[in-house]
Amino acid sequence: MTMIFGIPVQALLGQLLVGLINGSFYAALSLGLAVIFGLLRIINFAHGALYMLGAFVGYLLLAFAGIGYWPALIVAPLIVGLFGAVLERTMLSRLYKLDHLYSLLFTFGLALFIEGTFRYFYGSSGQPYAVPPSLAGGTNLGFMFLPNYRAWVVVASFAVCIGTWFLIERTKLGSYLRAATENPTLVQAFGVNVPLLLTFTYAFGCALAGFTGILAAPIYQVSPVMGSNIIIIVFAVVVVGGMGSIFGAIATGYLLGLAEGLTKVIYPEASNIVVFVIMAVVLLVRPAGLFGKEA
Amino acid sequence: MHSSQPLLSVRGLNAWYGESHALHGVDLDIWPGETVTLLGRNGVGKTTTLRAIMGIIRKRTGSVAFDGQDVLKLALHRTAHAGIGFVPEERGIFATLTVEENLMLPPAVDRGGMSVEEIYALFPNLLERRSSPGTKLSGGEQQMLAIARILRTGVKLILLDEPTEGLAPVIVQRIGEMLLALKQRGLTVLLVEQNFRFAAKIADRFYVMDHGQVTDSFTTAQLPDRIQSLNRALGV
Repeated sequence: MTMIFGIPVQALLGQLLVGLINGSFYAALSLGLAVIFGLLRIINFAHGALYMLGAFVGYLLLAFAGIGYWPALIVAPLIVGLFGAVLERTMLSRLYKLDHLYSLLFTFGLALFIEGTFRYFYGSSGQPYAVPPSLAGGTNLGFMFLPNYRAWVVVASFAVCIGTWFLIERTKLGSYLRAATENPTLVQAFGVNVPLLLTFTYAFGCALAGFTGILAAPIYQVSPVMGSNIIIIVFAVVVVGGMGSIFGAIATGYLLGLAEGLTKVIYPEASNIVVFVIMAVVLLVRPAGLFGKEA
Repeated sequence: MHSSQPLLSVRGLNAWYGESHALHGVDLDIWPGETVTLLGRNGVGKTTTLRAIMGIIRKRTGSVAFDGQDVLKLALHRTAHAGIGFVPEERGIFATLTVEENLMLPPAVDRGGMSVEEIYALFPNLLERRSSPGTKLSGGEQQMLAIARILRTGVKLILLDEPTEGLAPVIVQRIGEMLLALKQRGLTVLLVEQNFRFAAKIADRFYVMDHGQVTDSFTTAQLPDRIQSLNRALGV
């Protein structure tokens, strides 16, 4: 068997691939957080719950309406996004004039509320969600067997990340978002409906979380606690990448996923904490994050 | 010489920054096509007057009639659509937007704005540097960009706050020429300017402010007789 530094190449590549798949989820989730934080200056603690909500909407659509994976991949993010829009309009927007701590507490409470509601009805055990038939099976890569669905997750998440980056950096709407991030009052004085832009941005961030959730449903089981399991790591990703940097959120998501995979091969005992060790080191060396602007 | 209706008519305008009462009943009128300059020492409420008309300061009483509409009732993003454009003192060029994105940012609110081609013909520097980040421009170029992007929108009235502040004399002259060109196009301008020698070249009338009120007004023809008292009043 081929070895690099005493590590079997098969195991290394296999774990790097697992890391890439986890990284896809980290990237998409931290991207949503970065989009919301960039314009609203709110740390969306409900992000994990919205991710879980996306998975559950997919599950419920299938169980009660017979709507399968592919339509759900569109419908679930739309429903979660709409839910986010209603939240922003009716509640979150009332907190903008107060200290940011209030909106943080609000989204934290919201996360507990959403999670508690689903735990009441479904307990904390997971519901299975089948891989869509068109993506069943896998491909033998020589060094490992790659389930087709996991390959799809990498592709879909990457496409969504690139699409979001393009929307923000290269379109007219994106220029409104970037300008409003710098100086919302002036952008509104120019005649742009900034309150509506804030609603759209929050809804878009929520829809990203919902999309990631339905993407994750066939891999992890659909469970009320799936959000709180992943969100702590995602917050670490955001801290390492630097708050509010779109590119930073995406790149760091993938990097930390890969770092986690790599640690599983080299020193498996540390794989659960490596993300937090990296976070601590980055905070010591570059407090603004790898891609953040130094204050 | 005036048409019967002022384009902008401000009556008894009061404004507050939090608890601090900054404007104490400002009255002023601007007729279509006029360039009117607000003079006054620092902190007498010139910038505040512009910000209160625009609606950036929300705590206001009194009346601001523009084109027959009471703009005090409008949401901030509706004021621009009523036909008022704002060029802030700090210019407000966005660092994360390119020069061209900065130029295209304010939505057009009416027909009759300058086309992008006209703007680039007037400011070849902006065309040359259209892909650079907005804040990489020099101070003078940023000021021209700040004015140019409002010209695109087709507003009827431009609120222009200290366009010459901190700029070299040759750039100040360039901005003066530009404002004259705007005037020939029939644009109405409310200008805040410390430098009344500069303002004298482009303004039709002047208002002098002190302690959050308009204390004096005169035409440009009357300016020479006022220079001495103005120098005293403005502490130049």
